[in-house]
Amino acid sequence: MDFNTILQILDSAVRLMTPLLLACLAGLYSERAGVFDIGLEGKMLMAAFTSATVAALTGNVWLGLCAGIIGSLMLSLVHGLASITFRGNQLISGVAINFLAAGLTVLLGQKIFGLGGRTPTLNPGAELEALTTPFRDWLSGIVGPDLAVTLTTMPRFTEIRLPFADALRDVPVIGPIYAELISDHSILVYVAFLCVPATWWLLNRTRFGLRLRAVGENPAAVDTAGVSVTRLRYAAVGICGVLCGLAGAYLATGLSAGFVKDMTAGRGFIALAALIFAKWRPWGALGATFLFGLLEAIANRYPNLELGPITIPSMFMNALPYILTVIILAGFVGRAIPPRAGGEPYVKER
Amino acid sequence: MNDTVTKAGGPDSAPQSIPPAIELRGISKAFGPVQANRNIDLTVQKGTIHGIIGENGAGKSTLMSILYGFYKPDSGEILIDGKPIQITDSMTAIRAGIGMVFQHFKLVRNFTVLENIILGAEDGPLLRPSLARARKRLRELAEEYELQVDPDEAIEELSVGHQQRVEILKALYRQADILILDEPTGVLTPAEADHLFRILNGLRDEGKTIILITHKLREIMEITDNVSVMRRGEMVASVRTAETTPEELAELMVGRKVLLEVDKTPAQPGKPILEVRDLRMIDIDKVERLRGISFDIRAGEIVGIAGVSGNGQTQLLEILGGFPEKGAKISGEVMMNGQPLALNGRGSDAAERRERGIGHVPEDRQDEGLIMDFPAWENVSFGYHNAPEYSNGIFMDCAAIRADAEGKFQRFDVRPPNPELAARNFSGGNQQKIVVAREVERNPDLLLIGQPTRGVDIGAIEFIHKRIVELRDAGKAVLLVSVELDEIMSLSDRVLVMFDGMIMGERDPETTTAGELGLLMAGVTDRDASGRDGITPAHRHPADHPDEPTAKPEGQA
Repeated sequence: MDFNTILQILDSAVRLMTPLLLACLAGLYSERAGVFDIGLEGKMLMAAFTSATVAALTGNVWLGLCAGIIGSLMLSLVHGLASITFRGNQLISGVAINFLAAGLTVLLGQKIFGLGGRTPTLNPGAELEALTTPFRDWLSGIVGPDLAVTLTTMPRFTEIRLPFADALRDVPVIGPIYAELISDHSILVYVAFLCVPATWWLLNRTRFGLRLRAVGENPAAVDTAGVSVTRLRYAAVGICGVLCGLAGAYLATGLSAGFVKDMTAGRGFIALAALIFAKWRPWGALGATFLFGLLEAIANRYPNLELGPITIPSMFMNALPYILTVIILAGFVGRAIPPRAGGEPYVKER
Repeated sequence: MNDTVTKAGGPDSAPQSIPPAIELRGISKAFGPVQANRNIDLTVQKGTIHGIIGENGAGKSTLMSILYGFYKPDSGEILIDGKPIQITDSMTAIRAGIGMVFQHFKLVRNFTVLENIILGAEDGPLLRPSLARARKRLRELAEEYELQVDPDEAIEELSVGHQQRVEILKALYRQADILILDEPTGVLTPAEADHLFRILNGLRDEGKTIILITHKLREIMEITDNVSVMRRGEMVASVRTAETTPEELAELMVGRKVLLEVDKTPAQPGKPILEVRDLRMIDIDKVERLRGISFDIRAGEIVGIAGVSGNGQTQLLEILGGFPEKGAKISGEVMMNGQPLALNGRGSDAAERRERGIGHVPEDRQDEGLIMDFPAWENVSFGYHNAPEYSNGIFMDCAAIRADAEGKFQRFDVRPPNPELAARNFSGGNQQKIVVAREVERNPDLLLIGQPTRGVDIGAIEFIHKRIVELRDAGKAVLLVSVELDEIMSLSDRVLVMFDGMIMGERDPETTTAGELGLLMAGVTDRDASGRDGITPAHRHPADHPDEPTAKPEGQA
């Protein structure tokens, strides 16, 4: 295996881990605030569908992204209502959201496009002039006409070439790493990676973070300090919805070019496993999701891995992330202490 | 009611110029059909310690929750420093200068002291400046009021006493002028309670107003300036502490005369029931919890084990009751009625112990004595559910168990007298009555009873004590473990003091003093205290060794 192959695998791992990382951080906000969320999968799926649908209809991926976030937020609101306001069982609410999303996306997809639940492939040139023209005119006043045209005619997220990527390509070692691995990703990949330090900072250095962590550990402490438990938890569930929206939108409009039925393929659950593996910490989430991304990348690259006389079949390679999930959930990672009030609706009592 | 008692409103000698710190007028609060507070008037003068005393369920906690914005009163008004105020939530209460120390601390266990202090009282959106200011302020408060805690320690690393200090500091950091403490000494050792009282006195001297909710008469007499008594949702009296007596307060609380002293005749010890020899226990973390315990209990006597909690009493009770901690290594010899009792493996479980005539009222009734969500009548049968009178072939004879439960409820005056209610819905005292009824009515040869009156109100304490003495008078043996020295002294026929897994000495409760027991509880041995030969190897009953000086040189008349 040469240097270039390793770079390509790592590059692929970065792309594949992005939706996992976003979903994992989404779960982190929710669970650190004491609201367990196994509906990450459903929210991602819904976001993937709404983003792809709107991107296909308008030809504008930014509108698609907004739609993805809104779609995911709607389900977050359902989860919030069920588990915070009405103090229902958070697991059941999450399961319901997963089922709802799996059914609703296919149903609506068939109704709108008649393609058996898929959305059409996102191609350039399909933009709705009525929508994009005023937007483009407004935008060109801010970022200049060239960029405005690029931005408004994007049907899906394309790769961004970072400055100096071409110039540095020939520098040994650092050059390829910068040009191949770090550059040439869609904007959402960079957003996801920036979310890690941002989340760490928010949790550990701000008032909001302190309260968020406290409400997941002992909501009564927050309540008696005169701070609203309900509001904090809704805020956390809302952030979770936005991040799931980004994850789903990336899946449908970044990683691939359109929505297909059940396209999240259990990524929401892998993100949950990664969250436990990460012990509910942002930097841990980065490491855990990278591991899963790497496994998926290897499986994609070497469908039939040959180790001397033994050939590992592709089915096994494809199953690796899921096998790892089971091993991790079985407690192989040692003691992971979840937020103490996790899963418990808060009832005011003395 | 007593004539010397002014009906509600408090001592009237306070100067009129300073408005009272708190004035409640006609507060009422009902939860469904239950009237928790009925037309409550209360006046608390500035710079005083005001006790509120009453049995469990008398409505003290509801009243204080109203004051802290947890509940909205149905009617009535609240005045703070003479100004009427609507307390709609905890934030309003905090702004009005009210701080509350709950019975169950409201702390985030894996946060540091500092983080807990600033939670909800941060200066701005960023933590760093808030933490810096809190650190400085904490140092000042610590010096001012003897409230030292390490600001960077996590709460879970702190002792209960220190956790309570953090709660007090939280209130002071929010500039509370009025501090409400709900049953603050329930979880404290005697030394910690003394320290708390010193802190409270210091706070009063600085002009803070303190409300102390408790059902311990001794604390009321020791520290409060005024005391208000609640009974069944009503404020029945407010008096100056100096002008009242514990007996009068107890009568006001319960509504009838109460015997504070246990009324019992001298013990008539018979043959040994339980003989424990060199009992040792090493727990799963390889800590030696019991280091060679030896003692006897005879028929017809109550042996009390005194000691600060955590010195091996729990382990002793659990081993004798047949449910030691998982992974513990136990050695030694225990004889019950002259027959050896298995300590490990087969025949060492709780069911076997019950069959051998050992009844057990566990220390933690909510975790070990009851299943809180099950109805009381089912709880009445637990541990004895295989007994023939409760069974109908392989089925439970529910009708028989229900009937038995109803009888027990009547005989033990459990209130409300409804065995269909879940155990959770009874007050602490009534829960304990259910457990005691279950164990005592089986007429065990030996009753193990741990913390029989923890969290139990005064009327029920009297009742439970009476039952324990009755069992003794019927010729049964009782092993009593309690952290309440008063209870040990008044109930036991002999007192053993445990410290660090060992028995430090034996005393006669008639002749010993709380001070002497306190020394033993702190680990000062007989040898240190009296220069004699130390602990006798086995604390057998004195009757076995008439010539030998027993471990109570001062007590021998």
